[in-house]
Amino acid sequence: MARALNEGLRKAMEADPKVLVMGEDVGKLGGVFRVTDGLQKDFGEDRVIDTPLSESGIVGTAIGLAMRGFRPVCEIQFDGFVFPAFDQIVSQLAKLRYRSSGNVRMPVTIRIPFGGGIGAVEHHSESPEALFCHVAGLKVVSCSNPVDAYFMIQQSIASDDPVIFFEPKRRYWEKAEVDPAMTPDPIDAARVVRPGRDVTVVAYGPMVKTAMDAATAAEKEGRELEVLDLRSLSPLDDATLLESVRRTGRCVVVHEAAGNGGLGAEVAARVSEAAFYSLEAPVLRVTGLDTPYPPSRLEETYLPDLDRVLDAVDRVLAW
Amino acid sequence: MAVGDSFVTAGDLDVAGLTARERDPDLVQLLTPEGERVHHPDYDVSLSDADYRSLYRDLALVRRVDVEATALQRQGELGIWASLLGQEAAQVGSGRALAPDDMVFPTYREHGVAWCRGVDPMVLLGLFRGVNLGGWDPAVHNFGLYSIVIGAQTLHATGYAMGMQRDGGDKNAVVAYFGDGASSQGDVNEAFVWAAVYNAPVVFFCQNNQWAISEPLERQTRIPLFKRAHGFGFPGIRVDGNDVLASYAVTKKSLEDARSGQGPTLIEAFTYRMGAHTTSDDPTRYRLASELEAWKLRDPLERMKSFLYKQQIVDQSFFTALDAEADELARRLRTGCREMPDPEPLAIFDHVYADGSTHLDTQRAGFESYLDSFADTAEETR
Repeated sequence: MARALNEGLRKAMEADPKVLVMGEDVGKLGGVFRVTDGLQKDFGEDRVIDTPLSESGIVGTAIGLAMRGFRPVCEIQFDGFVFPAFDQIVSQLAKLRYRSSGNVRMPVTIRIPFGGGIGAVEHHSESPEALFCHVAGLKVVSCSNPVDAYFMIQQSIASDDPVIFFEPKRRYWEKAEVDPAMTPDPIDAARVVRPGRDVTVVAYGPMVKTAMDAATAAEKEGRELEVLDLRSLSPLDDATLLESVRRTGRCVVVHEAAGNGGLGAEVAARVSEAAFYSLEAPVLRVTGLDTPYPPSRLEETYLPDLDRVLDAVDRVLAW
Repeated sequence: MAVGDSFVTAGDLDVAGLTARERDPDLVQLLTPEGERVHHPDYDVSLSDADYRSLYRDLALVRRVDVEATALQRQGELGIWASLLGQEAAQVGSGRALAPDDMVFPTYREHGVAWCRGVDPMVLLGLFRGVNLGGWDPAVHNFGLYSIVIGAQTLHATGYAMGMQRDGGDKNAVVAYFGDGASSQGDVNEAFVWAAVYNAPVVFFCQNNQWAISEPLERQTRIPLFKRAHGFGFPGIRVDGNDVLASYAVTKKSLEDARSGQGPTLIEAFTYRMGAHTTSDDPTRYRLASELEAWKLRDPLERMKSFLYKQQIVDQSFFTALDAEADELARRLRTGCREMPDPEPLAIFDHVYADGSTHLDTQRAGFESYLDSFADTAEETR
């Protein structure tokens, strides 16, 4: 997946000389996850900018560059480091178009490697996506596989709206063939990645693989799980979500972020509001715990895994 | 005794930085508070009489805009107003030093700079009345939106300047306006770092008006603000912000430096906020009346007026004509402000996304029918 992102960035930079890549260590080092590997060598220091260690500065200057007609792609090195840039993202980047009555475009993409499962120290494993989904003016997306990574990064860069692009860091090494000639799905569309008739398991980013593993395991017990990859977290693709839940009658939402106020609550609310009479059971959430992200020796306890997903599936089926 | 002397001689009188300022040999001043023209080896200007008149005209009209807006707020026509009273020279001086293609990133009190950029004051009134959040197009006037979050725009300015570098040539530069309070913000200090390491063509124009709402300069810094620049690796200059000529000269020189590849400059315009922070503020709770009186003697308009008279650049008819022009402007603002229509309710959904949003379209449609349901009810009961 890291390679697919790299290729996607390269493609976007080739297509438009206004596309810039900026962040800490994105140049010579190629990023701490090597997502920007080789880009500075080929596009120069003016387009692949090694920045000061200054997250608010990265996003704040990207805003100025966007006002000048550039399309900056910012890398925030780790999820937990985005908070110093939060004001620039929430109060500035998200709102400038609205504040200017539509006169200002903000084609800025902010890439954030997110989520746990890699044994990192604190502030390196967080899932802050719901904080951004709550903010009007931002698009929030997450890829779960190399094909989406390749196309979605290009779609994000091409958008005239700011996009928060969450990359599931523990899936960077997932492998798949990418056919650059194929026509990708729209960036705001959810996708049924595995059809099934019994329960809709809603996931995104790193949890799609977990959901798929759960579906494979459940199959052995004669249960057909439908796995839905949201892909776009804001806006949510209500149509695809509701169509699936109306068919299966049951819904389990899975994410690594804490449950309280999380995206699962939004999914559950929308399903309840729009598909109440199709439901055979309450919508259940399988999420990270409502604690800070723990030390890494406890992260397997914190993170939703196959067993917790299957347990929730059991409970909605037993209703 | 000349009006200004008291501040020089009265060593114990510590009036919002005035004592320190008067003893600062680094202060760039081209016009004394008494309207005497003085010269400076590095920053001097030679302007025509027409220029001098025009600078005074801007000062006077900008002050009138401010006075009218404050009155309109008191009459309930504006939700709030951030007065620039006392800061006219810093703003008009720096604003007039800009080339048309230079870019400005203001904070929320830069009505004088907006004036110099050709932004209709009516548009500013719209923002404070609440009909929009700042409806002007930054690209039309090269004047960015007002930034309410203090200091955030200094990073935008730096990024924009980096964009100018990438567009090739150093023909233009950027000015970022902020205040003494904002100098404490992380963003401003990050902007200094960025501008320095990339040698960005940006001028940081800090209007040190001595007060961040109720907090005095001593709560923001223990060294003069302009001296901070040195630590970031670029020059800092302190200019008499109540002196329109010095503000003009220093800004012009700093912009030229930026354009010629010499990187950023920090200008500290030493001035004073004569009014309240905003119309919601009560400065009598935190500052002495004597301080205001002391600063009144340094009024930026009075010293320019005095200069114009002394140099016989104008006669009374100039001021009579200017007063009439200001009255006409004030009339236009009063009428225009009161006649400004409220936006349509559904305009709340406009301009959230460039690409549009199915979700918002749905919400908009739902909200529209909800609003329409009141009309139906009214018709049914009729």
